[in-house]
Amino acid sequence: MSETVKLTVNGVVVTAPAGAMVSTAVALAGVSAFRRSVSGAPRAPLCGMGICFECRVTIDGRQHCRGCQVTCQPGMEVRTDE
Amino acid sequence: MSSHGHDVIVVGAGPAGLAAACRAAECGATVALLDDNPQPGGQIWRAGARPPKGKAARWLRLAGERQVGWIAAARVFAAPAPGRISIERSNGDIDLGYRNLVLATGARERFLPFPGWTLPNVMGAGGLQALAKSGYPVRGKKVVVAGSGPLLLAGARYLRGCGANVRLVAEQTGHSTLYRFARGLARHPAKLAQAVFLRAALLGIPYLSGCWPVAAEGSGKLESVTLRRGGKTWSEPCDYLACGFGLVPNVELAALLGCRMGEAGVEVDEYQQTSVAGVYCAGEAAGIGGIDLSLVEGEIAGYAAAGRPEAARKLFRARQSHRRFAAALAETFAPRDELRTLPQDDTLVCRCEDVGWGRIRGFSTWREAKLQTRCGMGPCQGRVCGGAVGFLLGWKPESVRPPVFPARLESLMRAGDPE
Repeated sequence: MSETVKLTVNGVVVTAPAGAMVSTAVALAGVSAFRRSVSGAPRAPLCGMGICFECRVTIDGRQHCRGCQVTCQPGMEVRTDE
Repeated sequence: MSSHGHDVIVVGAGPAGLAAACRAAECGATVALLDDNPQPGGQIWRAGARPPKGKAARWLRLAGERQVGWIAAARVFAAPAPGRISIERSNGDIDLGYRNLVLATGARERFLPFPGWTLPNVMGAGGLQALAKSGYPVRGKKVVVAGSGPLLLAGARYLRGCGANVRLVAEQTGHSTLYRFARGLARHPAKLAQAVFLRAALLGIPYLSGCWPVAAEGSGKLESVTLRRGGKTWSEPCDYLACGFGLVPNVELAALLGCRMGEAGVEVDEYQQTSVAGVYCAGEAAGIGGIDLSLVEGEIAGYAAAGRPEAARKLFRARQSHRRFAAALAETFAPRDELRTLPQDDTLVCRCEDVGWGRIRGFSTWREAKLQTRCGMGPCQGRVCGGAVGFLLGWKPESVRPPVFPARLESLMRAGDPE
């Protein structure tokens, strides 16, 4: 698929394949910690299918969105805990 | 909130759900098919950026032709009254009414805790595959695939196709058990062809039976995994560890609706009807069995839910054959006892609340552990640690309460309100 979509992750512009999930964009941005656990440890996707909630990020100001269940949209602003 | 009535609502748009929706619609029922994901197909037919093909494309096309109503990215979080479910979507909540309900909620991977398993880039075998389908960066990355079951082979093959450098596949089941299983496959020619195809595609990738991860190491993210096989233990450098120990059925919604549970999943009768009249269950949620069993169970549930039991009956024989294969799979790939010794006292079991093995292993029930430590009380609601404590300690979930998925306050306040 040649089409792409541009969005930002922690303010940095990322180009992701069209139809990609937000988790993919975060990984493409080189961010390894999607969120910090309750004791401050870095966490990243585990299940990839909406079950584990480890890929939670803030999307367009809405907190606790599962990055693996949301499709990237042009201009989307994604924030991680890093 | 808006509210609609349907003859049949199908929850879950994987193979079982698609088959149920298509067959029910074919009988003239008005059908809504919904899924938590933005696209239909479930995990196995997750298309990602590529268009679906083969069997997946045929069922998806049929659903369109039969005018199945598709509701994407919809999470069922409550069942406020008999015949009604509450659904949360990003663009608003909705209450749906049904005469019959088919639960095709599928399965998730079983994760077992070992030191370092919470490090970024330690993922599920199906998990990394699912994300790779969406373009997750695996090209040129060193990947170790580990755990148990046929999913490992499928995952390794897919990741290699994406350009990943798959170092090895570590299958915890021992060689003699695998050999017995492979010989039994001769009775299922389609499965044998599949197994041979996967094995061939993996040529050049070591497939180590009787081998499993004992620890993952890295500073801030994964750098290597320690593997054990026979008397040998060694460290394998890698960028990703794709690790899953088989599948666990997603039964939370069925439990919320009051459906009785069996040993393998939601208990169903010969028409796939649960202990609650008008509520059916098909596919992995009714017991892990793979795609062929899921499809036939879905078809049976769809016909039955649309009031066509005679059409459903014609499929009973096919289902029986697939169930035998499922039983052989479950026996072959059952996790070995040594895996119970992997977690150390400071190894986290509950990743949501950061509760370590040492804090929970003394309790006799999950309920007790929850009350004292919050194990299983975070956002995933025990979906990850539940499969682990079930295997490690024999604990079973004791109750399911709404919301079965974390939901926004506004959704909770509106749930069940009349229009």
